[in-house]
Amino acid sequence: MTYTALTEHDKAEMLRTIGVASIDDLFADIPAALRQHAKLDIGAPLSELEVRRKMNSLAARNVNFDQAASFLGAGMYDHYIPAVVPAIASRGEFATAYTPYQAETSQGTLQVIYEFQTLLCQLTGMEMANASLYDGATALAEALFMAMAVTKRSRFLVPRAVSPFYRRVVNTYMQGLPVAIEEIPFADGITDAEQLTSRLSKDVAAVVVQQPNFFGCLEDVQAIGEAAHAQGALLISVFNPVSLGLLPPPGSYEADIAVAEGQSLGIAAQFGGPGVGLFCCRKKFARFAPGRLVGTTTDEQGREGFTLTLQTREQHIRREKATSNICTNQALCALMASIYLSAMGPQGLKNCAEQSYHKAHYAAKAVAKSKGYELAFKAPFFHEFAVRVPSSVAEVNQRLLEKSIIGGYDLGRDYPELENVMLLCCTEKRTREEIDLLANAL
Amino acid sequence: MLEPLLFELSDPGQYNDYLPALDVPEAKLDMPARAALPLPEVDEHTLVRHYTRLSHKNFSIDTEFYPLGSCTMKYNPKINEVVASMPGFALAHPLQDESTVQGWLEVLYEAQRILAEVAGLDAATVQPLAGAQGEFCGLLMIRAYHESRGEGKARTRIVVPDSAHGTNPASAARCGFTVTQVASDEHGCVDMAHMREAMGPDVAAVMITNPNTLGVFEKDIEKLTALAHEHGALVYMDGANMNAILGQVKPGDTGVDVMHFNVHKTFSTPHGGGGPGAGPVAVRKILEPFLPTPYVVKQGDRFTFDYDRPQSVGALHGYWGNSGIVLRALTYILRHGSSGLQEISENAVLAANYILARLRGVYATANENICKHECVLSASELRAKYGVSAWDIAKRLPDYGFHAPTVYFPTIVKESLMIEPTETETKVTLDAFCDAMLKIAEEAASDPDLLHHAPHTMPVGRLDEANAARCLNLCWAAPENDSSCQNGTPHDAHREVPQASTY
Amino acid sequence: MNVPADLKYSSSDEWIRVEGDVATIGITDYAQHELGEVVYVELPEVGATVSPDVSFGVVESVKAVSELLSPVAGEVIAVNTPVSDEPAIINDAPYTDGWMIRVKLSDTNLPSDLMDAAAYTAYRADGGH
Repeated sequence: MTYTALTEHDKAEMLRTIGVASIDDLFADIPAALRQHAKLDIGAPLSELEVRRKMNSLAARNVNFDQAASFLGAGMYDHYIPAVVPAIASRGEFATAYTPYQAETSQGTLQVIYEFQTLLCQLTGMEMANASLYDGATALAEALFMAMAVTKRSRFLVPRAVSPFYRRVVNTYMQGLPVAIEEIPFADGITDAEQLTSRLSKDVAAVVVQQPNFFGCLEDVQAIGEAAHAQGALLISVFNPVSLGLLPPPGSYEADIAVAEGQSLGIAAQFGGPGVGLFCCRKKFARFAPGRLVGTTTDEQGREGFTLTLQTREQHIRREKATSNICTNQALCALMASIYLSAMGPQGLKNCAEQSYHKAHYAAKAVAKSKGYELAFKAPFFHEFAVRVPSSVAEVNQRLLEKSIIGGYDLGRDYPELENVMLLCCTEKRTREEIDLLANAL
Repeated sequence: MLEPLLFELSDPGQYNDYLPALDVPEAKLDMPARAALPLPEVDEHTLVRHYTRLSHKNFSIDTEFYPLGSCTMKYNPKINEVVASMPGFALAHPLQDESTVQGWLEVLYEAQRILAEVAGLDAATVQPLAGAQGEFCGLLMIRAYHESRGEGKARTRIVVPDSAHGTNPASAARCGFTVTQVASDEHGCVDMAHMREAMGPDVAAVMITNPNTLGVFEKDIEKLTALAHEHGALVYMDGANMNAILGQVKPGDTGVDVMHFNVHKTFSTPHGGGGPGAGPVAVRKILEPFLPTPYVVKQGDRFTFDYDRPQSVGALHGYWGNSGIVLRALTYILRHGSSGLQEISENAVLAANYILARLRGVYATANENICKHECVLSASELRAKYGVSAWDIAKRLPDYGFHAPTVYFPTIVKESLMIEPTETETKVTLDAFCDAMLKIAEEAASDPDLLHHAPHTMPVGRLDEANAARCLNLCWAAPENDSSCQNGTPHDAHREVPQASTY
Repeated sequence: MNVPADLKYSSSDEWIRVEGDVATIGITDYAQHELGEVVYVELPEVGATVSPDVSFGVVESVKAVSELLSPVAGEVIAVNTPVSDEPAIINDAPYTDGWMIRVKLSDTNLPSDLMDAAAYTAYRADGGH
């Protein structure tokens, strides 16, 4: 009786009410041969204390941010999470509720999502946001589907400076479909503008740009957007939410769709997930949007309330003609992001972005002073930078680990031309002491 | 009282300082900076009150019985959360060197192994992020399998029963397949004659849900999978209803080739108001080469990611999936062990049959005899006699302290109420719910108007959804900038909502 | 159920009024009632061609979507744009202000499966059989 709540006495009474002799009778519709085979082989039950011990020992086999200063980013960041975020998000009334289909019993979740949609509009300068998607990578894939539906075109230009993790997922989603995805090379850390313009034509559905890009460098988003729009293509921006405390938002450079991974907004890294996919777009595309949307309305007595809306886009009504097959969103993570953004406020987010920027620049300078190390690119960057190292990245990281430092990402894994180049990141959490230690350990 | 919006609580000048002062020299800003950042300014104490008050406006498993059919709203044990917040798990980066995350890799590896065993299949991936993505992943693998046999171009069609969840056809469409729906009988079971007609050399797979969405075990499951295999098609199983058959039957033994689990249903991870979830997929040996990349393998006593999978369908997530959710599910599974998982299905099925037995007669039922983890009732008689619909009943239940069941799904039953109690409710709770359902049936006769206008005790009554769609307002604007439409749509919130609305 | 005598009806619940070589098309009172409050209509542009069995648009309520089928083939010569802005018109006046498109017929011989008012009334009374 682990979490089952029926006593032996209850069971006997219930069987009497049902009119069967045993629980076994309730499975009589399953062929006996199948049932005989069904015994599981996954071990005996563990008490809560035993599970806790077992999991504690597994957790102890991971090096974590509390034990080592992390300079690893590449899409997932170690920003400070104010205590108020997990304190509120762990409330059972939020965590153990379901999708708010029954509006009257879900006004809490619905208002949170409406506020989340609004916070994202304020953060990005975009006209609308949905209730969230799985993660940044799948949000980009959904953006491509939306761009196809809006433009009725199916060619995409995707710079190589866009996260290779995102590009992999996009390729998975598009495989087998009549879609062309063309990669645009980079030069000195940013997307090659000439190459991009020469490939643009009236059959391009959208141009993707990541700002800052995977190397941490800042793209000329304004020019890329103008070039795309001149050919009737949409601009899809992949943004870093924390960077918008400092950088011009996607709305300011006329992005048509803007997507991101929202993990850096108060969500623990958790070995990569769950995070939250942020999805914003122009309001005129609302009917093409994937996922849940929450809107306002009134009840019979004229009281204001919130409800899921435009549900006819979704799979439970439109089935194979839905805008997406997505059913869930990441509501709990969206709640964390909302609490984070509202707790940090405009000043706090700006401070966080600026400190990350200044620390990364301090670190870049310090690292470039070490013998055999040099910055791989000259382009301006936000809080990540690529460094050419004198030996293999794995070797350098091993040395750093001995000093309790989690080193950078090995760019050679995805870019053959960037062998022995490491991507380092500084958030506001890295102290001067840690950065100096990093520079010395190199 | 209406809780103010965060933005209405904004008090310019409020600032919570969480960060120390900058301890490095400022660098020159070699880029244009952002002009204004219009986020709300709210002190932490006001924020906490705001969110806490909002939390009180929710029904949740922690506070109410939530018998939403097909969603398996069972108790979410607190130990899951304690484990997930251990720093060794919560504060690890997905791109750390494998030697520094052996604990995490073992978690994913163990989850792969155990889920394959529960499915009665050969291998499993924990990368899919939700049931719908699990379906998408499974269908991609099915296509890759046919392609590897030179039949990729020929097999373009997926056969789905009309009682299936909407995600099934939507996922098939996402993969570029066309969809053929086959009829079900009045118990939601696949009509074998229709199924035979629908089969052909162009069918890539049959997608089934077992037990089906009426809570009935598909009696012809072995014939059905054999039929699909005869035609060279594979069988995908939507595992949404696994809570009914854990340890009672292994889907692989029934001839299923690939299936997903909804760990937020079967394995108690929190629904979170709509996510995050996870949708691991288990497969038969023939599909193993096509599993998503990377896949966790064990080499000696070391765990590692295998990227060298040339036939893989690729990656479904930026990193390795919703690892934190998989971790909670594994914790739950280890607590139960083999015998505990079997007890889950026994108790879940007992509870559903008890509700069915107590309400049968007063409500018409779609379940002939016994059901599995959920039962489907119909309000069609109450509607014919008193004009009271399933919708009215669903709206009245919150007044008695219960969340509504799923209504109008599956669509093959008129005025359906789909009730899934789960194994974690006491008999006291089940009885209180049944009493409320019986009371509501009395009210239908004595005071139907009371039901037409329910609920009466919630923060809001029935909302005008048509107005929400016509006057789309998805984002708050400061009053001076508010251009949302003001056209006075006549208020008609209690108007009958047509069929095919699901919870 | 309102079924004007001067119109023809399709089995998918569209009505059609033919004047010379021009047909006006909308959805029936039965259809609008089944859908519930209409919140969105998607109509083709003037100049588009329509034909039976290919959807020319959609009409949506809060919880249901219905494809619009033209019972006849031809070219769209007028579109009732006010219903796109205010879809409730379709609920209020399905046969008059709620019309959807005007089509110049490519063949003035109407399809034989179109029903008159009596046949359509019987068809709907029989649950669409």
